[in-house]
Amino acid sequence: MNLPLLRSLPLFGAGEDPGPSFTGLLAAAGHPRDAGLPDAENRADLPAVAHATTVVALRHRDGVVMAGDRRATAGNLISHRTIEKVYPAGRHAGVAIAGAAGPSMEMVRLFQLQLEHYEKVEGQPLSLEGQANQLSQMVRANLASALRGLVVVPLFAGWDERRRCGRLFQYDVTGGRYEEQDYAAGGSGSLHAGTVVKLGFRPALEPAEAVDLAISALFQAADEDSATGGPDLIRGIFPVVVTIDEDGYRRLDDSYVEERFRRLLASIDGAGDSRTEQDPDDAN
Amino acid sequence: MNMPFYVAPEQIMKDRADYARKGIARGKSLVAVTYRDGVLLCAENVSNTLRKISEIYDRIAFAGVGKYNEFDQLRIAGVRHADLKGYAYSRQDVDARSLANQYAQILGQIFTHEMKPMEVEILVAELGDEPGNEQLFHILYDGTVNDESRWSVLGGEADAISERLGDLHDAGVEVAAALQAAVTALAGPERTLVGDDLEVAILDRTLGRRCFRRLPVAEVDDLLAAAG
Repeated sequence: MNLPLLRSLPLFGAGEDPGPSFTGLLAAAGHPRDAGLPDAENRADLPAVAHATTVVALRHRDGVVMAGDRRATAGNLISHRTIEKVYPAGRHAGVAIAGAAGPSMEMVRLFQLQLEHYEKVEGQPLSLEGQANQLSQMVRANLASALRGLVVVPLFAGWDERRRCGRLFQYDVTGGRYEEQDYAAGGSGSLHAGTVVKLGFRPALEPAEAVDLAISALFQAADEDSATGGPDLIRGIFPVVVTIDEDGYRRLDDSYVEERFRRLLASIDGAGDSRTEQDPDDAN
Repeated sequence: MNMPFYVAPEQIMKDRADYARKGIARGKSLVAVTYRDGVLLCAENVSNTLRKISEIYDRIAFAGVGKYNEFDQLRIAGVRHADLKGYAYSRQDVDARSLANQYAQILGQIFTHEMKPMEVEILVAELGDEPGNEQLFHILYDGTVNDESRWSVLGGEADAISERLGDLHDAGVEVAAALQAAVTALAGPERTLVGDDLEVAILDRTLGRRCFRRLPVAEVDDLLAAAG
């Protein structure tokens, strides 16, 4: 990438100033957004690229839980076993991705930077509503790529400091932004994961119950959808589970997630107790 | 046609320097001191919204004194430079030294070629991985860069404050003692400064990726009380 603005300090005249937007800054720096994309007609030339699969998010009493499996597939093959699909965005929000892995990760990176850049330039963080809208615009900007097969559809969830509650948002390829009250799921296993959450969901779940529900949803999705990775007890790979509440974004320890998975497996086996009495905080 | 009078280049430069220095001396001063876990930046500032100290990047902070609109413009350019560089390369490739050089270039260029120099003095502070590796780049209105490692003072009364700070500074102390030293040096023998008069922020190794944190007024007062 050639960025002429790095050669000297990026100072702008009043007319060209990109303001607090990092993507605006990139545009002003002459960095084209969709350079190197294949033509719409040549879509068939695009080889199978890695796709990220199942993510879920649900609200609970103190905020939201987000979780995503670790598998990426290219066509019928598993291309990566340990990719991450849930990322922090700002101090009080997270974004989970499903779709073409490369463009998804690039979008997350830009989105994270966009939020941090805004906060630094403006001196205060963007509101959760503003963050959700920013992501919407980024998904919309990806529409041309989506039509060429590189679809990115994120979930966005966070703690709204103004409304003092957890909120979550789902997107479609056109940048459509849909706020969900209870839960949302995305990716190839979303039908199964969503159904599991739907059946187990009730308002004001305990945080630990919400974590267990998300874990159960990913397990069932992996059971039905070949593109979703389940807990890998041989390699010690477990889905990423995060909680977001008043105190911010926190990724749960793998050891805690493993323990909850083992408990779930034991309960399915008919030998254990799947009820949750443990707080996720206790495990760390 | 009127011919302009000849003015010696020495005189032009001297006039510009005097002009910039006068502008800077009108404002209040600012100090940065190192302590055990990082760098503390403390400015005399009665405004809670117009800030002199800001975050540039994960381990880099910016401070400016003088004309607000001018150093704020430089601050935003610094954030842009750092974020672009981190995006194009990687987060660990963003460093204070190259940013300080860019600032020096632009300030030097403006000082020599424009009618009016910038009436600012700025500081780019970077946290080291280990205690004692902190870097403080102090850049003057004409682009002169000073590389300091223990403390730095910006503003019209820099010499007097720096002298006081020399007796008070200890790089091994905790944040409360560092704040006490900074405030005592800023205030001088005849005044007492409290949280409301100050703007304080730290770059602290213990804070994770983004090491910059502002200290709210109440916390500043508590720390000053704790340090006695």
